[in-house]
Amino acid sequence: MASIILDKVGKVYAGGTRAVGDVSIDIADGEFVVLVGPSGCGKSTLLRMVAGLESISEGTVRIGDRVVNDIEPADRDIAMVFQNYALYPHMSVRQNLAYGLKNRRTPKAEIDKRVAQAAEILQIGPYLDRKPRALSGGQRQRVAMGRAIVREPAAFLFDEPLSNLDAKLRVTMRLEIKELQRRLRTTSIYVTHDQLEAMTLADRLVVLNAGRIEQIGTPLEVYRKPASTFVASFIGSPAMNLISRRAVPHLPGTDHAGTIGIRPEDLTVAPDGPLEMEVLAVEELGAQRLVHGQTGGERLTVTMPSGEALPEYLRLAYRPGSLHLFDGKGLRIA
Amino acid sequence: MKRTLFRNQLLPWLLLAPQLAITFIFFLWPAAQAVRQSFLRQDAFGINTTFVGLSNFEALWNSPEYLNSLQVTAVFAVLVTVLSMGFALLLAVAVDRMIRSTSVYTTLLVWPYAVAPAVAGILWWFIFNPTIGVMPYFLDAVGYDWNHISSKTDAMTLVVIASAWKQISYNFLFFVAGLQSVPASLREAAAIDGAGPVRRFFDITVPLLSPTTFFLLVVNIVYAMFDTFGVIDATTEGGPAQATNILVYKVYFDGFVGQNMGSSAAQSVILMLIVIALTVVQFRYVEKKVAY
Ligand SMILES: Nc1ncnc2c1ncn2[C@@H]1O[C@H](COP(=O)(O)OP(=O)(O)OP(=O)(O)O)[C@@H](O)[C@H]1O
Ligand SMILES: [Mg+2]
Repeated sequence: MASIILDKVGKVYAGGTRAVGDVSIDIADGEFVVLVGPSGCGKSTLLRMVAGLESISEGTVRIGDRVVNDIEPADRDIAMVFQNYALYPHMSVRQNLAYGLKNRRTPKAEIDKRVAQAAEILQIGPYLDRKPRALSGGQRQRVAMGRAIVREPAAFLFDEPLSNLDAKLRVTMRLEIKELQRRLRTTSIYVTHDQLEAMTLADRLVVLNAGRIEQIGTPLEVYRKPASTFVASFIGSPAMNLISRRAVPHLPGTDHAGTIGIRPEDLTVAPDGPLEMEVLAVEELGAQRLVHGQTGGERLTVTMPSGEALPEYLRLAYRPGSLHLFDGKGLRIA
Repeated sequence: MKRTLFRNQLLPWLLLAPQLAITFIFFLWPAAQAVRQSFLRQDAFGINTTFVGLSNFEALWNSPEYLNSLQVTAVFAVLVTVLSMGFALLLAVAVDRMIRSTSVYTTLLVWPYAVAPAVAGILWWFIFNPTIGVMPYFLDAVGYDWNHISSKTDAMTLVVIASAWKQISYNFLFFVAGLQSVPASLREAAAIDGAGPVRRFFDITVPLLSPTTFFLLVVNIVYAMFDTFGVIDATTEGGPAQATNILVYKVYFDGFVGQNMGSSAAQSVILMLIVIALTVVQFRYVEKKVAY
């Protein structure tokens, strides 16, 4: 158990590529923090710096009360779950779980006890003597988790651990990871590019863009008050409508170069609403439908209950107080 | 796989004919001849041939010279294989770390393989020549009197180095490819699991490399036993006192120089059996998993 503190961390790769810059995060003991952002934004790089697999070019990383910049991965007291699981293919599941303990000269009896415990928690007992290649994707995923928990480390690091699973299994495993972390109360950093996964798992979200932090906050804070148009468009599904101020001059707001954001679920059909939308396409989701269209040349999406066929034009109203205002640079004003 | 249907029954055979002819003329026919001759004995003038059954093989079994050659071959093959594979692995591991930055190094290391065995033999013969070579000069400086013409050990060392040298580049390429196919995340996971570099190498890399290693093992043994004729012929000619007279060289020497066709043929039949055995082993184990 430990806190993790990143202070102005930056990474410049050997070729001169800057992958991460000026990242500061305080992660409390037992907290589940999710790093989320689009592909290539530096999530893995940041996580790998915490793990010690990548050198830290700038700033400091503390785990517990130690600065770990120059400490080997093995001595940082962390465990990592890799995207491809990185199970040792020539070892049985049991050996995979025990390997880290064996290297640390844990007594045999203790190893057996912990492996049995982990197998029990993750329900992989029946497969302990199989090789990883004889397991399904979901079972491999569990073994990878098992390898992390037997070590009882100060922190778990996850790098997109669910991205190789099919959609349904991903939802199940997501829940299991959440429950496991609740139960073990181990500080965790979890990397994903899936905003839904991020929202559901996180105690706190860190939204990254091009190697820098856009916003840190609880999922609801980030959802309700996105700090920038980038966060607004990234968090929430379907994505928030971002309409240039010029296209809707009659809506409230000040900055003329700015942007107005309205979540699709905050728009409703109203005969006297201030917005007129030309309907272009409808996606039926069952209980709900997504209506895509345009107003003043700006694309607009609305969620509404499914029902009868729609007219060509709709008048829309927004829920009071639901407008997000951003300035010319895309930063939140209100 | 794509299937082509020939309407004409003759055409496929015609297309195959050149390859079949080559296989027959250069492989099957000589092999059959060798098997036939191994059961025959020619008189001193090559006029009369008589069927002698297995007595050529029997003679080999009772010949101290042949048994010595067998032993020499075993020692030679083991040394060449261990040396060339060991050194190649060392180089491959070194290169694996920097492979993404440069391929020039890789290219350079492949050069020895393009050199014919006889040329390689001559090259090493010059380097190690007791009177004009550069190595004996250096060895002399550290107090070693190098002479592969009279010393059995020196002669063996020379042919082993000369033979292994050529094979290193081949092994190197396979080892590099093998190492590249070990996912980096496995080594990283092991690093987090508390394994140091040496431990990672032996616990993760070596087992995952075992299919490559096994394949190379067979290839190198076959190479050392059969493909090193040129090296031996250009350097020691089997001497001194039979110390480097490996089986293939003895086949040639007894047959073409000594004109003892029956014995030579029997020897090549034995060699053939060894190749077949190695091939079977190869297929058996490469098909199955080797370590995982
Ligand atoms: N070893 C490296 N050398 C140079 N540049 C690298 C290296 N690894 C990553 N990068 C670059 O650093 C940036 C961040 O990469 P990173 O892998 O951290 O992204 P990511 O957010 O994990 O993306 P993804 O969601 O696709 O995994 C990218 O622009 C990438 O090209
Ligand atoms: Mg990544």
